[in-house]
Amino acid sequence: MVSGDRQPMVQFKGILKRFGKVTAVEKMDFDIEEGSLVTLLGPSGCGKTTLLRMVAGLEEPTEGDIFIKGKRVNDIPIHKRNLGMIFQNYALFPHKTIFDNVAFGLKYRNVSKAQIETKVTRALEMVRLPGVEKRMPSQLSGGQQQRIAMARAIVIEPDVLLMDEPLSALDENLREAMRREVDNLQQMLGVTTIFVTHDQREALSMSDKILVMKDGRKQQEGNPESVYNEPANHFVADFLGHSNFIAGEVVGVDDNHVNVRIETGDILLAENKGGFSRGDRVEMIVRAQRFDAFPKAEFQPTAGLNHFQGHIKDRSYMGGEVSYFIELGVDREIHIISMMRTRLYDIGEAVSIQVAPHHCHLIPLE
Amino acid sequence: MKSEKWKPWALLAPSLSAVVLLLVIPVCFVIVYSFWLRAPSGADIPAFQLGNYAKFFEDFFYPGILIRTIRIAFETVILCVVMGYIPAYFFYRSESRYKQIFLLLIMLPFWVSFIIRTMSWINIMGDSGLINHVLIKIGLIETPFSMLYNEFTVLMGLLMYLLPFMVLNIYVSLEGIDKSLLEAARCMGCTEWQAFREVTLPLSLPGVSAGCLLVFVLTAGTYLPPMILGGPGNDMIANLIFKRVIGTLDWPFGSAISVILLSLLFVIVWTYNRYLGINQIFKSFQGN
Repeated sequence: MVSGDRQPMVQFKGILKRFGKVTAVEKMDFDIEEGSLVTLLGPSGCGKTTLLRMVAGLEEPTEGDIFIKGKRVNDIPIHKRNLGMIFQNYALFPHKTIFDNVAFGLKYRNVSKAQIETKVTRALEMVRLPGVEKRMPSQLSGGQQQRIAMARAIVIEPDVLLMDEPLSALDENLREAMRREVDNLQQMLGVTTIFVTHDQREALSMSDKILVMKDGRKQQEGNPESVYNEPANHFVADFLGHSNFIAGEVVGVDDNHVNVRIETGDILLAENKGGFSRGDRVEMIVRAQRFDAFPKAEFQPTAGLNHFQGHIKDRSYMGGEVSYFIELGVDREIHIISMMRTRLYDIGEAVSIQVAPHHCHLIPLE
Repeated sequence: MKSEKWKPWALLAPSLSAVVLLLVIPVCFVIVYSFWLRAPSGADIPAFQLGNYAKFFEDFFYPGILIRTIRIAFETVILCVVMGYIPAYFFYRSESRYKQIFLLLIMLPFWVSFIIRTMSWINIMGDSGLINHVLIKIGLIETPFSMLYNEFTVLMGLLMYLLPFMVLNIYVSLEGIDKSLLEAARCMGCTEWQAFREVTLPLSLPGVSAGCLLVFVLTAGTYLPPMILGGPGNDMIANLIFKRVIGTLDWPFGSAISVILLSLLFVIVWTYNRYLGINQIFKSFQGN
């Protein structure tokens, strides 16, 4: 739906934010396409919330400009920006009924009384909580309050929906359900959404684009697949998913593969995506789920795949999957997560491990 | 389970006995005294008669003082709200490093004797006080002009005494307001002033309400400011009790006035709680 040359909905240009001597966001450029859901992902203190709050106008950038719909908003006060904000703790007004909470933004937008009622009713239907108008926020559960907060934010038809870790206060099961609901609602309304989270699963499952941040700096931006499968650096690979980092040296490059000699002396193939030449020190990143482990005795290698030996050092059984720590050689172990298509391996058992070259991602050694 | 029943009572016992010994029993004494008879000789004779109460309502003199007391209490409450909200709000919004010190300063007056604090106004506003001294020095007036010993100075003394209670009560309830509520209001289209009206003000009302009650009750029962800063016509009900009990040693009549004041305050506080009640206001915040 989004054409390439359309004006981005939100643009950060050279944005920088300092609190006193602390730099919360380092000079950053970033575009958000209209109608997309963009996640700002990173550990706490990485500047993601500050970035979001600058869009809302709750923080002023120290340097740089923010554009919404191509218009510079730095000097536009908060209440004139037409944004919907959802807070981590919902921030429902405890002294107002649900109706008054949801109608709040409309009241300040010259909407007629009759229209307010229609819109509030429709918003409550959208979040699947019709008929709670007369209740007080304290009479609703956490998940319900979260829905009201959503209804309150979308009812004003904001240009951009801003969500600051909206699901982190919910318990695990509810979070999963709400995540899908937020996703569906966002797609139904087609509203440009900026979603702040430290939860990689939220980010991966919902986003059109992810911006990974650390210490106020952009680490990588891209769609979920590219951020997960082709992490730009050690931090991104480590933060998203369970990764194995294997240091090595490039010993050969051909059209399809880069040959890497790893610490154990084994030579592994990685898909050649360019950028590496013989003699480079590299780090090979392999997701724990990408390995397959077989009993050593029965193992028959598949042509073109990497394979090596090890023995099970430790395991933890997690029901659907098993987490194995496999010792390859001296002081070198890898972590694999197996879906148990064969059987449960014993500690000490010798196994053969296989992984496809296209699951071996290379980054320069940091 | 049954044997556990005594536990809460055992835990409550120290505070409960303090309340009984220091509050319930003395009040019972006062009530009993209020029915006694005072002989012309000055002796108190145990009796059960309503003469003391009848005497209070005999003419308009005593009820007039009671009404004045209630009026002054209302005036003090209103002044305290207006003059207390502003500094409390200032502390709440302040991001100064010295905020804690400011708050401490609010409590500083409590470290000085109430009597000394009240008397100090004489040094400021008295005939030979600071203000008159300065005014004469710069030649604005020739003879000192009298500012003390009227209702205004009584109110001033009361304000000085009670303002910190109001400020602290309001401040605490303001501090309890989640700042993201204000941000939410701002994002939805409120100017700063509108957000104050929609969020801050209503959510700080429990503090205002508690402060009002405290100030009202304390004003109604105080006698020092009128005694030190008021004139003969500014007596409040507690002065009357003080004069009867300490001055003329008329315990039965003093007790009767106390019981009347107590009953009136009870009715007012009960009505207040019923309609503007702190409980009511807090109910809507439960779960947040």
